Amino acid sequence: MTAINCQDQTALASLVSAMANGEVTTVDLTHTLDPDFPVIILPPEFGQCARFRMEEISAYDHRGPAWKWHNFSCCEHTGTHFDAPIHWISGRDLSNNSVDEIPVERFIGPACIIDCSEGAAQDDDFELTPEVIGAWEADHGRIPPNCWVLMRTDWSKRSGAAYLNMRDDGPHSPGPSPAGIRLLVEQRDIRGFGVETVGTDAGQGQHYTPPFPAHYTLHGNNKYGLQCLNNLDLLPPVGSVVIATPLKIKKGTGSPLRVLALVPRTHTG
Amino acid sequence: MTTPISPPPRKDPQKRTRVPVVPPDARSRAALGLSVAAARGRFMLQVCKECSAIQYPPRDACSSCLSVGLDWQVVSSRGRLVAETVVRTSTHVYFRERAPWRVGTVQLDCGPSMICHVHGDCVPQGNVHIINRLDKSGHGVLFAVPEKEMPAMEDDPQLRELTCSPKFRRILITDARSESGLALAKAFSGADAAIVFAGEAESWRHWPERENLQRLDNVELVPLDVSDTQSVEELCGEIGGKVDILVNNARFVRPGGVIDGGDLIFAQQEIEVNCLGLMRLAQAFGPVMRGRGADGVNSATAWVNILSVYAYCNLPQFGAYSASSAAAHSLSQCLRSELRVGGVRVMNVYASATEDEWHQPLPPPKVSATKLASAVIEGLREGLEDIYVGDVAKDLIDRWTAGPKLLELEMTRQGGS
Repeated sequence: MTAINCQDQTALASLVSAMANGEVTTVDLTHTLDPDFPVIILPPEFGQCARFRMEEISAYDHRGPAWKWHNFSCCEHTGTHFDAPIHWISGRDLSNNSVDEIPVERFIGPACIIDCSEGAAQDDDFELTPEVIGAWEADHGRIPPNCWVLMRTDWSKRSGAAYLNMRDDGPHSPGPSPAGIRLLVEQRDIRGFGVETVGTDAGQGQHYTPPFPAHYTLHGNNKYGLQCLNNLDLLPPVGSVVIATPLKIKKGTGSPLRVLALVPRTHTG
Repeated sequence: MTTPISPPPRKDPQKRTRVPVVPPDARSRAALGLSVAAARGRFMLQVCKECSAIQYPPRDACSSCLSVGLDWQVVSSRGRLVAETVVRTSTHVYFRERAPWRVGTVQLDCGPSMICHVHGDCVPQGNVHIINRLDKSGHGVLFAVPEKEMPAMEDDPQLRELTCSPKFRRILITDARSESGLALAKAFSGADAAIVFAGEAESWRHWPERENLQRLDNVELVPLDVSDTQSVEELCGEIGGKVDILVNNARFVRPGGVIDGGDLIFAQQEIEVNCLGLMRLAQAFGPVMRGRGADGVNSATAWVNILSVYAYCNLPQFGAYSASSAAAHSLSQCLRSELRVGGVRVMNVYASATEDEWHQPLPPPKVSATKLASAVIEGLREGLEDIYVGDVAKDLIDRWTAGPKLLELEMTRQGGS
């Protein structure tokens, strides 16, 4: 008897077989949890996002002769991470708004990737506007309800100080305009919104009305955020499936996670 | 005339690094009074409360009237070198390795005569000053120096055993980004340090003084975050064998007390950086520095902790920060004991409120980064173990010495001072 009965579970069996024969490939959209990976910086009088840290408990030595293991610590919003609605004040009273309560089927869904890399290369403060979304839809069709929308900027290829791109007036990095994120949430009813930058909002997002429109609009409407994504350039505009399952932290506002994309071979060459 | 030391040549890789040995350690409890005074570079002797006789060597009862009321007091250090000789061999390995060694007898103006170590520039029958300094065992020893300043006097080999001069030595400043980072780098660069490594945490986050620091001669930025064990271990792997003086100026400070702090986020970071950061550095750099305590002209010589004087007594406005400083102060005592076997000194530099954004609403006087940095250099040159920078810190330690409970009452009832 095989592990999966092909007659009874056709869809799953064909997925497994497509993954086995390479028709469907798996792309890792995650950055390595690294102590030196940038996190969001707030004014220093506020509490800060804890950096990822690791302490060795033993390494096959007198502290534990046959095993190696570490304690690690970080913030819910360190590294590639998931934002739950409870993260933002606009989503604090919604039902199922924390990572432990979100129905698990909400974590897996189709993805639309809007390529803003050219614009972001020319303008650090590039905005994802309704016009940009409209142009994408003209090429790839209307964004279907309940899908992940990922904004590709190639920001994940930046490193060091260029990633946060902090200046005297704060960070400069691309993100959605208030109208852009409202269109995605209110008119397209997306599942969630993902970015390569440190936050779903633009670096200068606090100067919009409302401030931090992506956080405000997404979480106020029970939608999710994905941040610090990697490898978005390996995904096709449509056709991939994103699996983003945060840790089940009681009343957690977010979580570092491994984000995977299942991609049909025709799109990855 | 002292022959000035030269920059040491590169080490012969075929030669074993000399294992540090330290001078004799045994002292009576009374004699430890000299070490206590030497920690702050003071020449103190016991003075009888009954008959005012000045005592030497230290003892439990007055040599004139047998009173047990003997107080340690700062006394005149002037005297005359009445006899001198050179020891050319010794049964003790420390002195045997360092022979010839000049010793003599000094007749102090204030009464006692004493056998002491003698600087090469002291003239027989000439006037001298006695200084009381810590030796490699961490004990106060008496050393005769010429009455007047002489050229390159600090390079006398016997005196160098008692001091931690940065000259031609390699320095690691653990936090270039902190308020004192640039000033310390400048001060060491100007004090003939061979190279100053300046630890930079989170290079992905810009900081204003970076360019100014990079412009300094002999200063090199290296990646280091004392809150990250891996980062500390990696840097030690790279440069651990050439850090002669480590200056731990990494600091996390936020206002807030126990109840009024509201949460543990800042307190955890204070413990993480100020206390556990010290431990991470010690676990990485400590063993290799301890092994290089007798490694020639640029031997490992000192570990410097920049601490808050509120380690001694809590300042409620900075309650959790004071607690983290107290923890670091306690760890430094342990570290002192562990580094002493290698002849490496732990110098603690205690400051009160510093000139920075976190102490901005506090009234002056506050300690500037420049003042802190010059105190560090001076302390190393003098070979001190405990330094209190600024009038507030000096006043606080005097009050603490007079009565810790009294100080606590003053600090906690009047909103601190």
